[in-house]
This record gives sequence, C-alpha cells and structure tokens, in this order.
Amino acid sequence: MLVPTPEELEAIRLSLKVAALSVTASLPIAVAAAWLLARREFPGKTLLDAFVHLPLVLPPVVVGYFLLLLFGRYGPIGGPLERWFGVVFAFRWTGAALAAAVMGFPLMVRAMRLSLEAIDVRLEAAARTLGAGPLAVFFGVTLPLAMPGVITGAMLSFARGLGEFGATITFVSNIPGETRTLPIAIYTYTQVPGGDPQALRLSLIAVVLSLGALFASEVLARRTQRRVRGLDAQG
Amino acid sequence: MLRVSAALRLGAFQLDAQFEAEGGVTALFGRSGSGKTSLVNIIAGLLRPERGRIELDGQTLFDSEHGIDVPAERRRIGYVFQEGRLFPHLTVRQNLLFGRWFNRAAGPRIEFEQVVQLLGIDHLLARRPGALSGGEKQRVAIGRALLAGPRLLLMHYIERLRDELQIPIVYVSHSIEEVVRLADTVVVMSDGAVRATGAPQDVMGRLDLRPATGRYEAGAVIETRVLAYDEHDDVTTLGFEGGELLATNVDALIGEPVRVRVRARDVSLALRAPEDVSILNVLRGRVLEVREGAEAAADVRLAVGGATLLARVTRRSVERLKLAPGLEIYAMVKAISLDRHSTGFT
Repeated sequence: MLVPTPEELEAIRLSLKVAALSVTASLPIAVAAAWLLARREFPGKTLLDAFVHLPLVLPPVVVGYFLLLLFGRYGPIGGPLERWFGVVFAFRWTGAALAAAVMGFPLMVRAMRLSLEAIDVRLEAAARTLGAGPLAVFFGVTLPLAMPGVITGAMLSFARGLGEFGATITFVSNIPGETRTLPIAIYTYTQVPGGDPQALRLSLIAVVLSLGALFASEVLARRTQRRVRGLDAQG
Repeated sequence: MLRVSAALRLGAFQLDAQFEAEGGVTALFGRSGSGKTSLVNIIAGLLRPERGRIELDGQTLFDSEHGIDVPAERRRIGYVFQEGRLFPHLTVRQNLLFGRWFNRAAGPRIEFEQVVQLLGIDHLLARRPGALSGGEKQRVAIGRALLAGPRLLLMHYIERLRDELQIPIVYVSHSIEEVVRLADTVVVMSDGAVRATGAPQDVMGRLDLRPATGRYEAGAVIETRVLAYDEHDDVTTLGFEGGELLATNVDALIGEPVRVRVRARDVSLALRAPEDVSILNVLRGRVLEVREGAEAAADVRLAVGGATLLARVTRRSVERLKLAPGLEIYAMVKAISLDRHSTGFT
C-alpha cells in the first residue's frame, strides 16, 4: 500500500527538487544576512531584522501574493528578469523554489546567527595576528566554526521547503508535474471524491521524509559540533 | 628596535604610555589593570589608540598624525595569547601551519620540524586542541606564532625559548621571578603610564617605583658570575661588582652568568662588621637612600661596589642606627635565602 503511483512519485521528486534548489540558492544570502545581523552595527539594522523575519509572521498566502506581484511576468522584478535574462518564476517549479526559499529564510538566518554569535571573536583576532585578512578569517575561522548553525539552518529550511503550501499555491498555482509539490498533491487528493487513500499515503510519506531530514540534520549537527569544540573524531 | 607611544581612553581608564625596546626580551611589568595587555594589543594592531606612533625596525605601523594604521594581519607581529586561542576546528598540525599560508612571501624563517622539535609537540600533531592540557596548548600557540614568521613576538606566557629564538619578544609579566630570570629590559607600568624602562638590575633597585610595581616582595637584582662551587656543602660563590656572594642550590656551571634577586627582607644592616654570626654574606656598603613606609617598615637603598642592594628594616632600626644617606654600613644576607628560586641564567 506504500508503493506510490507515478503521479505521486512525481510530486515527491518535485518536492525534493524544489526544497534542494531553495536551500542551495538561499544559503549564501542567509549566511551574509546572519553575519550582518550578528556582527555589524549599521543604521536600519532593526529594519533588516524585521524584514528577514516577515515570512515567519505573515500569512503564507500574503507572502505568495507579494511574490506574485513582484516576480510575476509583469511585476517590477519578474518583468526585467524575463526580458533581460530569460528567467521566469511565475507558474514554474523555480517559482515554487523561490517561495520555499523565502518562507524558510528566517529559520535559516536565525540558526546561523545564533551560531555566529556564539563564536569567540578572539579566535578571529588570533587569525589576524597570523596574517589572515578579512576574507581568510571568514572562510578559515568564522564559517567553519559557524558550521553547526549553517547545517541546522539549512535543514530547517529544507524541511520547511518540503512542506511549503500557502505561498507556493498562491504564487505558482497547482500545475501537475511543474508546481504540484507533495503538500499541494495531498490537498488536491482531499478535494476529489475517493482521493482519501492517496492523500493518506502521501501524508505518511511526508512524515517519513520529514523525520528523515530531521534525523540526518541531527547526526550531521552533532558531528560538526564535536569538531568545532576541538574534540578528536574518536573517543 | 620597537618604538611605542600610544594614548587611549577606555571608559574611566586612561592609557598614555611610551617606551622603546632594543631586541631581546622586554617585560611589561605592573599590577593587573595597569594597561599592559592594552598596550600589547595596540602593538599587535588589535586595539587602535586615539593618538600615538608605533615603529618596528624602521617601519611605521601606526601614526595618528599621518593617518597610518597597518592592519594586524600585515604587521607580522606574532601574538601568543594567555589562553592559547588555538582554532578548535583544526588539528594541531593545521593550527601550526595556519599562518604559513599567508606569509609565504616573507619566506619560512623557521622550519616546521625545527619548531615541533623545539617545543616537543611531535606527538600532538594529529590531535585537536580541545583535549590538550593548558601547557600543551600554550606550546602549540607559541609554535603557531613562530611559524607565521614574525618580526616580533608578543607573549602572555614565556618559556625559556630565548636562546633558540632570534626574535625579539615583548611579554606581559606576571611574576617578578620571571622578570629576573628572563628579561633584558623591564618596562614598569602603573595606571596606564610607563614609570620606568631599563635593565632589571637598574629598575628593580629603585625605591620610588615600589608603589607602581605593587605586591611582589621588594628586592634588588644583581648580575653575577659563578666563581666556585663547594660540593662538600653545596655552596656556590658568585662574584659581582661589589664583591662575592655565597648562595645555595644554584643550578649553574663555573663561569656562567647568573642573575640573583636579593629580597629586601632578607638583608639586615649593621654599623660594625659582625663577628661570630651564622650569616655568610657580609658586604660593605654605603646608604644611598632611606624611604620610610606608612607602617613599621622602611626601605634602605645601598651601594655595594657598583651594585645596588635593598634592605627592608623597621623604622625603629632606622632611628636606632641613625641610618641616613652617606653612612658606611655592613649588609648581611643569609646564603640560604639565595637559592634556585631567586637566581636565573642570563
């Protein structure tokens, strides 16, 4: 009963693809935002902080609607993107990835920021006395030490991306094979008569996927945590 | 050659310090909170003074007037921090090689194997710093700083490395014994200012610096050389500018230079040469200065030949013996009070 139909398999594959792209693309931006919030004082910092957290407190439908306005084919960002670069988000799977990235962004930044704030900045000073410039300090000391937060943030965002519904369906609609991700497929089955068994099956698969992601992130985070504490791999 | 002049306000604390150091080992000495660490951080480029000028081997590293501020990573000044500050995510070997990466243009002044051997950290190379002991961490930290090819080493911790290293060292000293043992130059600091700079034997004998240097036991430092050693009773004869000193338990060979710290409270004074006393060292000298303290004690500075001695006696004794500058006097020092702990190689 747990063997999925090709249609269901399509939804699972699409969901994983969307979540993976959303995490990969938003990771560098999230690291930059977390670093700015953790380490720099600048005018408008509170504003940036609020902006980053907005998707966490807004109804997902609202986020999806704003994305539609901004990134739609005639939107102020979506229009030029299509005209100059041929990049289209609206009603494409890449748009679903964008929606997932935006919704997962605050989770990602929060985890990374916590990790960055926990770093002993005196280690960075030590690196400078050894000749490391700002970039070398960041990639040689700061980022490796923030790795547990980066991994946790990425995993949280990935899990959030797998489950994204409201913003996605508003922004890119429900197109089989293009934007019908796992949660949207479940929703669709609940709307058709006799679709309950399929909805249940997909829901169970969603549970397995989410638990898997959570477990993987836990193992990975624990291992890197040992590393940044300076403990040997064994013992 | 290091020239430092720096002024900085940190909250209620005002730092305004100047000193010069000519190679060798320079000890910054003073109570905690006197500004030693701030000064070292300023030299490293980790703390920026409001005003001042820092010059190392003819290169200006900082000059507030001309807007020069070479960033820490380009000063080539090594820094051995008190807590080591090893990178926890790297192995000991990777920690040691961290600075090499950035200083390849400067060329390796000192070989990896040489440093590892010098510090005895061969068996630690594959380990991570988390599980190292405090001493091991500090040795790795020294190695890491050395391998970055520094022109100057700043240290919060010092071992007897100076003979092997040809790198000038400025270090924050926590003990007077260390200063006596290792320093070529002492910079005495208090309340953010430099009170005196000079050789330990010159600076440590000065009475006016006592409030600045704080709670270590007062004492003079004398440069000596081992003249003889009596195996029979383990007594060593040390020669100095003012005569000879007998000491016990000295760990040095005949002919070797030894620095001795004679604690002021181990020196007693007599107007006439004492007879039939157990004290082996009786030195003829002249009173230079008498400084009475707030309590019962008084410090007396004496010239013994070319050397200076300090004696701490009661104010009552000062009155009774009528101690005053110019008075000819005998200073008595128990040989047993001069031992391994108060002597050091130079």
